[in-house]
Amino acid sequence: MEKEPLFSAKNLKFLTGPFSANNPVIVQILGICSALAVTVQLKPAIVMALSVTVVTGFANLVMSLLRNGVPSRIRIIVQLVVIAALVILVDQVLKAFVYEVSKQLSVYVGLIITNCIVMGRVEAFALANKPWASFLDGLGNGLGYGLILVIVAFFRELFGSGSLMGYRIIPESWYMAEGGFYSNCGLMLFPPMALIIVGCIIWVHRSRNKDLQEK
Amino acid sequence: MDNIKPTFSKGGKLGFLESTFDAFETFLFVPNTTTRKGAHIRDCNDMKRTMIMVVVALMPAFFFGCYNTGIQVGLEGFTAFFYGLVRVLPMVCVSYIVGLGIEFGFAQARGHEVNEGFLVSGLLIPMIMPVSTPLWMVGLATAFAVVFGKEVFGGTGMNVFNPALLARAFAFFAYTPSMSGETVWYSDWTMMGAHVDGITGATALEQLSTTGTMAYSPLDAFLGFIPGSFAETSTLAILLGAAILLFTGIASWRTMVSVFVGGLAMGYLFQALGVTEYPAWWHLIVGGFAFGAVFMATDPVTSSQTNAGKYIVGLMTGALAVLIRVVNPAYPEGMMLSILFMNALAPLVDYYVVEANIARRKKRVKLAK
Repeated sequence: MEKEPLFSAKNLKFLTGPFSANNPVIVQILGICSALAVTVQLKPAIVMALSVTVVTGFANLVMSLLRNGVPSRIRIIVQLVVIAALVILVDQVLKAFVYEVSKQLSVYVGLIITNCIVMGRVEAFALANKPWASFLDGLGNGLGYGLILVIVAFFRELFGSGSLMGYRIIPESWYMAEGGFYSNCGLMLFPPMALIIVGCIIWVHRSRNKDLQEK
Repeated sequence: MDNIKPTFSKGGKLGFLESTFDAFETFLFVPNTTTRKGAHIRDCNDMKRTMIMVVVALMPAFFFGCYNTGIQVGLEGFTAFFYGLVRVLPMVCVSYIVGLGIEFGFAQARGHEVNEGFLVSGLLIPMIMPVSTPLWMVGLATAFAVVFGKEVFGGTGMNVFNPALLARAFAFFAYTPSMSGETVWYSDWTMMGAHVDGITGATALEQLSTTGTMAYSPLDAFLGFIPGSFAETSTLAILLGAAILLFTGIASWRTMVSVFVGGLAMGYLFQALGVTEYPAWWHLIVGGFAFGAVFMATDPVTSSQTNAGKYIVGLMTGALAVLIRVVNPAYPEGMMLSILFMNALAPLVDYYVVEANIARRKKRVKLAK
């Protein structure tokens, strides 16, 4: 049997598919909850995106390796153990190296365990595919999720706080308190606005990808 | 007009502008299309004519708002009125240009007719904002309300929420410092000798919620010589508008009356319980209560469609508004939130009214057997 190259077209598709046509957030509508919670600022959103990517990638890899040895009756509990272990690892790493951000993210790192994307990819993909393909699929879905998170956080931080990554973008002198005309949009700091931004992204995405439109 | 019509019809040279052309044609002329066959009883009112009547009904409140804007910065007589008119016209223009621009754009892209609902909404938006609201905020709030309140649901007649109130809600939550407090109720333009420096004063509602009484006499509050959002201070002018709406049969008296009754009942309840000291009827003359009851709660699209539903929704709107005013310290004005909330509930109320009717008639059928 001929050996398939590591980055064959088929394998690459597992990685890049979730960026747009099969995006977990805006097409499968998974993981919305955390997308609303951690996107007030860009920095926590990026950290969250990377954490989820690591967890989905390795959860898929580990479960794919175990897929032939796990009886299907107890597969959910095995998946949970694997995912929980990975999340605890990520949490500890965040606490060790980026303590401030980890404090901002608070419970949401722990809640990656319950993120539908992780469990969904393990169930739907890793249990039926080889380790390498599963790993790529996990990374792809994590990054697809992260992409939406970063876009939402970009708009929310720019218009809600006038800064990006904590650096001021809109000059102080524009603000009303300093005699200017501008004022931050307080609604951006509330979760409903995140939902509206996600809605806008879906709107733009669907109008560019006609095949995704429901009849 | 009829000569150039073919140019804009399907297949014509400028056919892609059909919606825009149609909008202007029916705006300027009463359409001459009539029902062709069968018996029909119809008057000549189409939706544009209806909407114009609402605009006419808004005029007393609008003109009084202009006058009061001048009064509040120390002007008198005609100067006060003229000052207010000049002050508020840019807001009206911005609201119309932004709102109609988006409406025309969407109608054009979808090949719909342009709907006329915005003629009213566009005037309502500046009327329920503080007079010193920056123009870009008015524009942004209007854009938000039209896109997310109307167009995503499918345009005029499909919206769940009242667009004008949605614009105010957006501005209120997004730019709270510019929409509440002690200074925003006064115009900040120095012209015609207006004294604009350092005027502050809480609205009657804020005083009621913090001190339990107000510094203005109830008569002033009824006539409207108090600070507040542009055109909602004068209960008298609003009642004039209400009379026009009721006389022409455009707004539902059921909703209007039940909102007032609901508010009054809730006010008396709080008074009886000893939560509030001031008379319950004060609720009806301060803030946006009367304006909301007459022009917002009666919106035929977002209100309840059934008669029984109109009573229920109206009563709850009034009661909820007073409840928010009295119990929630963060929002001295409850009318906006209560109308929006009841907008969301109206379809549910309608559903149960219809179901109850079906059940009642089924019972009757059984009895007849």
